[in-house]
Amino acid sequence: MSDVRVLVGTRKGAFILTSDGKRDKWEIDGPHFAGWEIYHLKGSPADPNRIYASQSSGWFGQVMPRSNDGGKTWETMDNKFVYDGVPGTHQWYDGTAHPWEFKRVWHLEPSLTDPDTVYAGIEDAALFRSTDGGKSWEELSGLRKHGSGPRWQPGAGGMCLHTILLDPSNARRMYIAISAAGAFRTDDGGASWTPINRGLHSQYIPDPNAEVGHCVHHVAMHKSRPHVLFMQKHWDVMRSDNAGDSWTEVSGNLPTDFGFVIDVHAHEPQTIYVVPIKSDSEHFVPDGKLRVFRSRTGGNEWEPLTKGLPQSNCYVNILRDAMAVDSLDPCGVYFGTTGGQVYASSNAGDEWKPIVHDLPAVLSIEVQTLA
Amino acid sequence: MIRVELPAHLRTLARVGREVQVRVDGDVTLRSVLDELERQYPALKGTIRDHVTFQRRAFLRFFACQEDWSHQAPDAPLPPEVASGREPLLIVGAIAGG
Repeated sequence: MSDVRVLVGTRKGAFILTSDGKRDKWEIDGPHFAGWEIYHLKGSPADPNRIYASQSSGWFGQVMPRSNDGGKTWETMDNKFVYDGVPGTHQWYDGTAHPWEFKRVWHLEPSLTDPDTVYAGIEDAALFRSTDGGKSWEELSGLRKHGSGPRWQPGAGGMCLHTILLDPSNARRMYIAISAAGAFRTDDGGASWTPINRGLHSQYIPDPNAEVGHCVHHVAMHKSRPHVLFMQKHWDVMRSDNAGDSWTEVSGNLPTDFGFVIDVHAHEPQTIYVVPIKSDSEHFVPDGKLRVFRSRTGGNEWEPLTKGLPQSNCYVNILRDAMAVDSLDPCGVYFGTTGGQVYASSNAGDEWKPIVHDLPAVLSIEVQTLA
Repeated sequence: MIRVELPAHLRTLARVGREVQVRVDGDVTLRSVLDELERQYPALKGTIRDHVTFQRRAFLRFFACQEDWSHQAPDAPLPPEVASGREPLLIVGAIAGG
């Protein structure tokens, strides 16, 4: 029977939760890197015991741990992220020019095939790659040097590159997303990039239909249909059926279409999950009820999933990287809250229970299904 | 030997105790001490000063002999008491909640 390993990044350390395939009893290991912000940690699909982590602190900056034994021990890898060439400027919150400055790594995306290759999405927004297991990093600067770079601006959380999706059917294609610039696609392994924001409509920018400037919160895909993308934007849940060339809104009957997370069922590419958040000024679930919404039709028609989740006096948020699925059958769905709970469903969202409920605020969740 | 006292998180990162000792050949300055500290403990690179500019990280301070050395030139000689090992160079994290 397969085992499941849940990698949890929090405001004050990392935790590793493990269970067998029943997903009933869990062991909690941690905190690793106690006291540090762990924005993200993710295992290599090619070698699940190779785990990369982003460890950061306002005092001490960025540290890059790596494990070769599934998170039992860690070694410190290179933390030098230097922009290629003269960084130039992007827009600051008030529209003035602001120099690009490295702040932290938001997201790590290991290669699907090579344990030593890993991508890092950073703040201020740029994409880096290591091909030596994290011993050194180089910027894929074609993205930042796309002509629109000087018009990118930070979202409230900073100007972060937070989403990296690798196309399993085409090693040259990947997607990234930046708050608040939008989504981009490369078809040549990262050398050049195209903004893929047609159809996004954002009232909070001067031109609501602009090529860039949209606050994309997260993007998800199913590996069997990598040209179909699902997006949780600042407001609006969106879908693209043509690799991002155009988007249509699929918010449908959601109680609010503001939110951060979005993910896809492991075996049903049309089944997607979001957690609606009240608004951009009130970052908690509406009506005190923690509800995951599931669509089995790729959007528009949504059903609330509430069994086992608090339905009164709940005011947590679920951040953009804090939902993931396992690949067991039935599919397991997991998410973490700013209140420190990690909820799991072992039946595709029908029922939920907390694996652990008193961690520091959860920043990210990743799940490994281990043979 | 130069004595350097580290904040708790950097001790954990470098896997050392409260105080480490480094040998500096030549002038004993903030730059030469930090260079040697990072050479002995590579995990500390980038955590005390920027990789490229070598600027002190904003939330860290340097103290020596009860004086604030945070804003001194990196090549200014540290006090003789630090150079002789009688007093430590203190690397201190700014006090802040959260």
